[in-house]
Amino acid sequence: MSNEQGVKKFDPEKRKTIRFSEPALESIQKIIQRYPAGKQKSAMLPVLHIAQAESDGWLSPEVLDYVAEILGLLPVEVYEVASFYSMYNLKPVGKCVLEVCQTSSCWTRGAEDVVEYIGKKLNIKAGETTSDGMFTLKTVECLGSCGTAPMLQCGAEYHENLTEERIDNLIERYRKEDRRRNYTDLDFVNSN
Amino acid sequence: MSRKLLLAKDHVPGIRSYDVYRANGGYASVEKALKTMSPEAVTEEVKKSGLRGRGGAGFPTGMKWSFLAKPEGVPRYLVCNADESEPGTFKDRYLMERIPHLLVEGMITSSFALGANTSFIYIRGEYFYVSRILEQAIAEAYANGWLGKNILGSGYDLDLYVQVGAGAYICGEETALLESLEGKRGNPRIKPPFPAVEGLYRCPTVVNNVETIAAVVPIVNDGGEAYAAIGIGRSTGTKLISASGNINKPGVYEIELGLPVEEFLFSDEYCGGIANGKRLKACVPGGSSVPILPEYLVCKTATGDDRLMTYESLSDGGFATGSMLGSGGFIVYDENQCVVRNTWNFSRFYRHESCGQCSPCREGTGWMETVLRRLEKGMGNLDDIDLLVGVAKKIEGNTICPLGDAAAWPVAAAIRHFRHEFEYHVLHAEKVKDPKHGHKEPIMPVKPAPVVA
Amino acid sequence: MSLIKITIDNQTIEVEPGTTILQAARMIGPGVTPPAMCYYSTLETSGGYCRTCLVKVSKGSEKDPRPMPKLVASCRTPVMDGMEVQNYTSEEVKDVRKAVTEFLLINHPIDCPICDQAGECHLQDLSYDRGKSQSRYDYEKRTFDEIDIGPTIKLNMNRCILCYRCVKVADQLTPQRVHGVMNRGWDSEISTYIEGAVNNNFSGNMIDVCPVGALTDRTFRFKSRVWFLKPYDAHRDCPDCAGKAVIWKFGNDIYRVTGRKDQWGEVAEWICNTCRFEKKDLSDWIEEGPRKIDRHSVISQNHYLKGTQFVASPEALPAKELK
Ligand SMILES: Cc1cc2nc3c(=O)[nH]c(=O)nc-3n(C[C@H](O)[C@H](O)[C@H](O)COP(=O)(O)O)c2cc1C
Ligand code: SF4
Ligand code: SF4
Ligand code: FES
Ligand code: FES
Repeated sequence: MSNEQGVKKFDPEKRKTIRFSEPALESIQKIIQRYPAGKQKSAMLPVLHIAQAESDGWLSPEVLDYVAEILGLLPVEVYEVASFYSMYNLKPVGKCVLEVCQTSSCWTRGAEDVVEYIGKKLNIKAGETTSDGMFTLKTVECLGSCGTAPMLQCGAEYHENLTEERIDNLIERYRKEDRRRNYTDLDFVNSN
Repeated sequence: MSRKLLLAKDHVPGIRSYDVYRANGGYASVEKALKTMSPEAVTEEVKKSGLRGRGGAGFPTGMKWSFLAKPEGVPRYLVCNADESEPGTFKDRYLMERIPHLLVEGMITSSFALGANTSFIYIRGEYFYVSRILEQAIAEAYANGWLGKNILGSGYDLDLYVQVGAGAYICGEETALLESLEGKRGNPRIKPPFPAVEGLYRCPTVVNNVETIAAVVPIVNDGGEAYAAIGIGRSTGTKLISASGNINKPGVYEIELGLPVEEFLFSDEYCGGIANGKRLKACVPGGSSVPILPEYLVCKTATGDDRLMTYESLSDGGFATGSMLGSGGFIVYDENQCVVRNTWNFSRFYRHESCGQCSPCREGTGWMETVLRRLEKGMGNLDDIDLLVGVAKKIEGNTICPLGDAAAWPVAAAIRHFRHEFEYHVLHAEKVKDPKHGHKEPIMPVKPAPVVA
Repeated sequence: MSLIKITIDNQTIEVEPGTTILQAARMIGPGVTPPAMCYYSTLETSGGYCRTCLVKVSKGSEKDPRPMPKLVASCRTPVMDGMEVQNYTSEEVKDVRKAVTEFLLINHPIDCPICDQAGECHLQDLSYDRGKSQSRYDYEKRTFDEIDIGPTIKLNMNRCILCYRCVKVADQLTPQRVHGVMNRGWDSEISTYIEGAVNNNFSGNMIDVCPVGALTDRTFRFKSRVWFLKPYDAHRDCPDCAGKAVIWKFGNDIYRVTGRKDQWGEVAEWICNTCRFEKKDLSDWIEEGPRKIDRHSVISQNHYLKGTQFVASPEALPAKELK
């Protein structure tokens, strides 16, 4: 769903207002240091993850252009990369993107029922966002959690061996905490 | 209980932390290698061990290491492949999450053997939280003098970094991984040149799987011969198997290579048999890319021998009646599962993951997915089955990287062994409109009558 | 360095080390040369993508005579001394090439009657050569909207075969590439991503390298088939490029200007956008004489035309085209 064809609008005014937070800019500089001189393009993927976390969970053309400036690259190089990888959202998403694995091992253990259950509960279909902007439901391919199927990922978190009850609790907790979940979040370590 | 070399300590409380790991014998291989061995001697032990790459292709690791070009004044790199995206495979995550220091230790010892002063662990983006665990372990290793300048006073320097991906199975292919690590689209490179000559930043590079690198630790500690004593023939040592699907005890198991498949599948030490008292229908023994085996070829080969968990035995019979050990992603299907549906599921995956560089894969994966979707929904016709076989055959071997083959094999194998089920999808279109049709009327594989000479 | 020997379809030639199989085949001649949809001799790192040039290496080299296990991309495989290659003499190669052609066509709109490239299209050549007339792909095709990438170039992504040539032109000839390959796999597309103009004085060469009608000249004023036009070699004194071009005339009007393509359909000398898009008066150019079309193309093969080259034959054209 992040990969849509066709050209996007680019707003030069909006572009001027974009700036990442100081901690983000600092960690970007640290990441660039890892690579040999002149190979700062290597920082692209980690920097795009930070960019997404800094920008409400999605990468607008303006943000991508800003990343190009930070890394000293042509904007098109950043567009090409951002549109290749499935974890970069190129459209706005909800605060919590529920990514349900749909690959074989999960499928055989009820992954489709999970999608259906969440869909009914939140009144959205896969690929859609709830009207309050809280949840986006997404189907994804194998997340390396096949032995604890069915499962979903939300930000950094893996939620495994899903049951209706676990899904209910999860959604309730997310609603209560009411904050955006990013892949880069630091506070989750799977206790499974 | 079989011997465990990698996961022997995985249940020791706190093993994720440096202190506990160290107290349990951790980092001994680094001490031994850096203080008492030359890099060549480490490589020699790895050669003797018979260790074969655990990422899927099973290429002998010692040989790979000895191919590494060593031109003067050019840096060399070791890159750990922690992309683990082959459906059905989750062993590397388990290892990194539980015993991150084992991978860090293996990276140090292996980097020393290869003469690399900068090494990377490229981990799939979805495992972001695991990358934090690794970064924590690396920080501890630096703090305790296992990384950085002049490690253990040996004069050897090493920096180790974790790089996260961003969602692309193809970045597990080693040259796509290197492209991705250079900040580009994950397009596999056209070979030659091979990474051993021109890899990361066009410098000589070795890419190895997480488990391969972890296995270097016991090999250096106990010697290559001790490692080679485990297993059968050219399948030496232990292997992590990710077991999933309709079994009682899914999970990651460390087995000694040579374990009979039957024991692995049915004993309580491992998978514990098929869940809910159902019958076994089929098994994909090495991750989604390898051929599916019908029930009657899972525990026995076509010639009636016991099928063993080894590279050789699992591929016994070639593509006609065998499969592959692959990445060790062991997926089990019970009688209610529909093979047509599952084949469609895999083909959807490959269509989604093709990088799109070369035409047979870009167009062929999409074509197969379209035909399978139609068949699965009861809207296909009988010609579609041979069409699929034909398309798969024309992708196989004609692409830039092996993803094309990986997409073609599962389709070809499913039709080879389950043709009647594909035909059922055409002839009983009404029934298969219900995605759970297999639960009402299981379709079991049909063993072909033995050919009488 | 000493020359090395390679045999292709039973014809032997000696070449410099480092030569690819495809280059060696071209030296022997068209009879043994595989079609190449993505390789372009003047573009570095081109080739390897389309797989139309796959050949069989039946003998690896004198030293290691084993055959190669798979077909190889002749455009990216260097020759070895004593290598033996089968191209048109291998049924397997012909079979796979047919399949590759089919792959390239499954999503292609097959809109040749309304395509500016018709008659000059390598894909059309290829499918006349070895394609099947009936597609076995009877599903909905992938479709994209046509977009203008700048005032002079139009992109019809439906026809694109993702050969990467235009991307390499932009990388290697212009300082600021603004278009590239977006998305991945089945959904890959050539695009500028954001609304943007490809506007560099050498960007027009993208049109010449495009093997199909995906990139076309927006200033091309003739709304019909190229075979109505007569090509002439011409040159002008240009401060930016060598100024050697082909002008395509109908009567005394220039309808378009292109680079000069050799027998493999490749431009050896790039021309600038001024020459290509702005110089459309006869007085801008010094004519050298009519150009011969000797390429292995549908124009020269009279697939459309009967009789003399470039004289339209009404019955050979789709009826609606002629009104
Ligand atoms: C499409 C594709 C995906 C792959 N994915 C992985 C992967 O996720 N992890 C891995 O270790 N190897 C993967 N491989 C294999 C690697 O290319 C490479 O052979 C491996 O990392 C070498 O390490 P090893 O010798 O230690 O196995 C993949 C190969 C292909 C063609
Ligand atoms: S086989 Fe598929 S994944 Fe591999 S290079 Fe070709 S298109 Fe990309
Ligand atoms: S637009 Fe033309 S030149 Fe560019 S990739 Fe597509 S087919 Fe090739
Ligand atoms: S199949 Fe769902 S995590 Fe692997
Ligand atoms: S011309 Fe060789 S692969 Fe395209």
